[in-house]
Amino acid sequence: MTTLDLSRIQFAFTSINHFLFVPVTIGLAFLTALLQTAWHRSGREEYLRLTRFFGTLLVINVAIGVVTGLVQEFQFGMNWSAYSRLVGNIFGAPLAMEGLAAFFLESTFLGLWLFGWDKLPRRVHLATIWAVSLGSVLSAAFIMAANSWMQHPVGYQMVNGKPQLNDIWALFTNPVFIWGYSKVILASLVTGAAVMLAVSAWQLRRGGAKEVFIRSARMSLIVLVPAILFTMLVGDELGVIEARYQPMKIAAAEAQWTTCQPCSFSIFQIGGGNNDHTPTQIIEIPHLLSLLATNHWNGQVIGLTPLQNQYSKQYGPGNYVPNVFIQYWGMRVMAYLAVIVLLIGLWGLWLIRRKKLATSRLFLWVATWGVILPFLMNTAGWLLTESGRQPWIVQGIMLTKNGLSLSVSTTWVVTSLVIFVLLYGTLGTVDLLLMLRYSRKELPPAPAETAPGVETPVPAVQY
Amino acid sequence: MQLVPFWFIVIAVLWTGFFVLEGFDFGVGMLHTAVAKDDAERRAAINTIGPLWDGNEVWLIVAAAAIFAAFPGWYATMFSGFYLAFVLVLVALIIRGVSFEYRGKRDAASWRRTWDWLMIAGSVAAPLLIGIGLGDLLAGVPINSQQEFTGSFADLLQPYALVTGITLVLICALHGATFLTLKTVGEMRERAGRVARRVAPVTAAAVVAFTIWTHVTHTTAFFLNPVELLTILAVLAAVWLVYEHRYGFAFAATAVTIASAIVSIFVGLYPNVMVSSTSAANNLTVHNTASNGYALKAMTVVVIIFLPLVLAYQAWAYYVFRRRISPAEFQPQAPPATPTPSDAALATSDGARPPASGPE
Repeated sequence: MTTLDLSRIQFAFTSINHFLFVPVTIGLAFLTALLQTAWHRSGREEYLRLTRFFGTLLVINVAIGVVTGLVQEFQFGMNWSAYSRLVGNIFGAPLAMEGLAAFFLESTFLGLWLFGWDKLPRRVHLATIWAVSLGSVLSAAFIMAANSWMQHPVGYQMVNGKPQLNDIWALFTNPVFIWGYSKVILASLVTGAAVMLAVSAWQLRRGGAKEVFIRSARMSLIVLVPAILFTMLVGDELGVIEARYQPMKIAAAEAQWTTCQPCSFSIFQIGGGNNDHTPTQIIEIPHLLSLLATNHWNGQVIGLTPLQNQYSKQYGPGNYVPNVFIQYWGMRVMAYLAVIVLLIGLWGLWLIRRKKLATSRLFLWVATWGVILPFLMNTAGWLLTESGRQPWIVQGIMLTKNGLSLSVSTTWVVTSLVIFVLLYGTLGTVDLLLMLRYSRKELPPAPAETAPGVETPVPAVQY
Repeated sequence: MQLVPFWFIVIAVLWTGFFVLEGFDFGVGMLHTAVAKDDAERRAAINTIGPLWDGNEVWLIVAAAAIFAAFPGWYATMFSGFYLAFVLVLVALIIRGVSFEYRGKRDAASWRRTWDWLMIAGSVAAPLLIGIGLGDLLAGVPINSQQEFTGSFADLLQPYALVTGITLVLICALHGATFLTLKTVGEMRERAGRVARRVAPVTAAAVVAFTIWTHVTHTTAFFLNPVELLTILAVLAAVWLVYEHRYGFAFAATAVTIASAIVSIFVGLYPNVMVSSTSAANNLTVHNTASNGYALKAMTVVVIIFLPLVLAYQAWAYYVFRRRISPAEFQPQAPPATPTPSDAALATSDGARPPASGPE
């Protein structure tokens, strides 16, 4: 294996792991803020107990999200220094803004929220959890602006063969950013809601405080269903945008080697891959690919072979086709799992209507195990996005192989890869065990009765 | 003002802010077992920085990202050249970060002992390695005319860099000890004072050696510059103040010591950002590594808006958590009537803190 392969594996490994924690943080921070707001508005102590319960899960998760994020930031310079040197003046800007505008907000206010229960007035304390949620949502905006620039570079001019930033706003009006960011936020809400639903369902099935967890189950379903629905709609529009700027990505997602018009979508295929141009595609739905890629019934999708010829002419000889297997299945795993998540959500809403949510043991079992689905869906989506950009590190500007650090030896990368795999493996296991342990805990009892109008101090959370 | 030197100053300020704030976090992490004799006291020590350490660590994230955005050439050479050192920094910071979070999550002695050791190791290793890296910027490492690092890991472990790393570890320990005297009560406070008095003379010796070495590394002038002079005066003042038991001023003195030590490195560097030991012509400077004018201008607007805002709400957080922490808050209480001890956490309605075994 070359340094290039190893560096790519390391970046993929650490990114996929990092993004297991990020959507939970974004989603749960928002939902915890909702729970606390519900407590603040209604005064019902069930909501306070839920806020504390899910807040603990949020915090366990944030710790790992923060430290694995540090690894992501350092890796750009460590493994991809030629890339950093070339595009740092553009790509670095949103990263620095992310730290200044979002990370400070998120981490400072998380400390205030967690340890400030008995020190801040209730209204101010409620504001701190909303500040945490805002910080997490903002941080995703900046990193998505940076990532979208790699997918579709905007706001720069070439000076002596080097891209130079000349319009910072363009990074935030980039259509890839607008749709990609919306999708990340929605998918994070789906993930957070699925975690809350799974924990609530587990508790309900095991006879945990029914009157309390029924509320969190209901709230998570009410967030989950519209979030997954909009994730799918936004994802569809993102596909159209990507087909325009990164046609290879979409053609590869259908293993479409020849140009077609109208184009059908296959449910699955046998064979396929970069060396098999004629896979057996099963159950083809006419016109669906045209709709997904162009929003038109008879839209045209250019095939991989003509695109390859065009790119060879434009950028010089080379292989410009991404890994077709990853694209084809990444797309399908993401889409099919989204449908299953939607169906589970609709089932839950129907049970709420029938007032059977707490008693349908089958649903509670499915909802508990269903928590795995959004994580697989997110990972498949990112593989589709990032592997589909290859062989480019920045579409049309720099090839991934040219972005590598020259001074970093294979031995160094092997060393770091082994260290990260061992460390992440251990921490991931500890995190999962703690999450499970705390998810299965009984709820703390209700606070003692107090005279009306007197604010009972809620004790702070401590290490 | 010229934007390129302005951004060099911003980056120096961010690194300084990181060490002044995270410096006492590192110190508390190193010393939390030394100032405590039981688990309640250890928890009290950790909780002095509980709400604050995460926000402090963001200073490092922003400092690194600011180098990336303003001086991409510097970021690229430093992070790829110091590859293995940065892997270790990351490991240290990861282990330390999760040890705060996870230590109290299980009530088993072996579990807590393990995280205690990891917390100490991470809190020593992080400033040591970052210090070595900063020292290398000034002492010089092999860099060719293409701005690529051409050395090995061993090239980073040169004497001046090691002295910088060790000095920073010692200042962090002293800074953490003086911080603990301000945030704890009773016997713990006494113990923190004793630790400070033990560490102070060693730290002072290291700081004096480090400062003189810094001076001769970057200049042939005889007299120390004002920042270097301030570093030495501040550390001597800190020694005197901890022996006088004037802990408030002692903490201020250790803060000035660590700030001026970091600033002296950056003053010594300018206009270089990384010295090349291969040839002075290959030095990385603020000019040959900087981003274009537009990018710097855009970033300047952002930093002018957000940095004061960040300082304001972080100062507020420090104000909210100004109270001293007592180990009594963490003493196990008599088993309450509720099924598990942790359940009592919410039941204490009289404003008392939850019992120590409440694992939240």
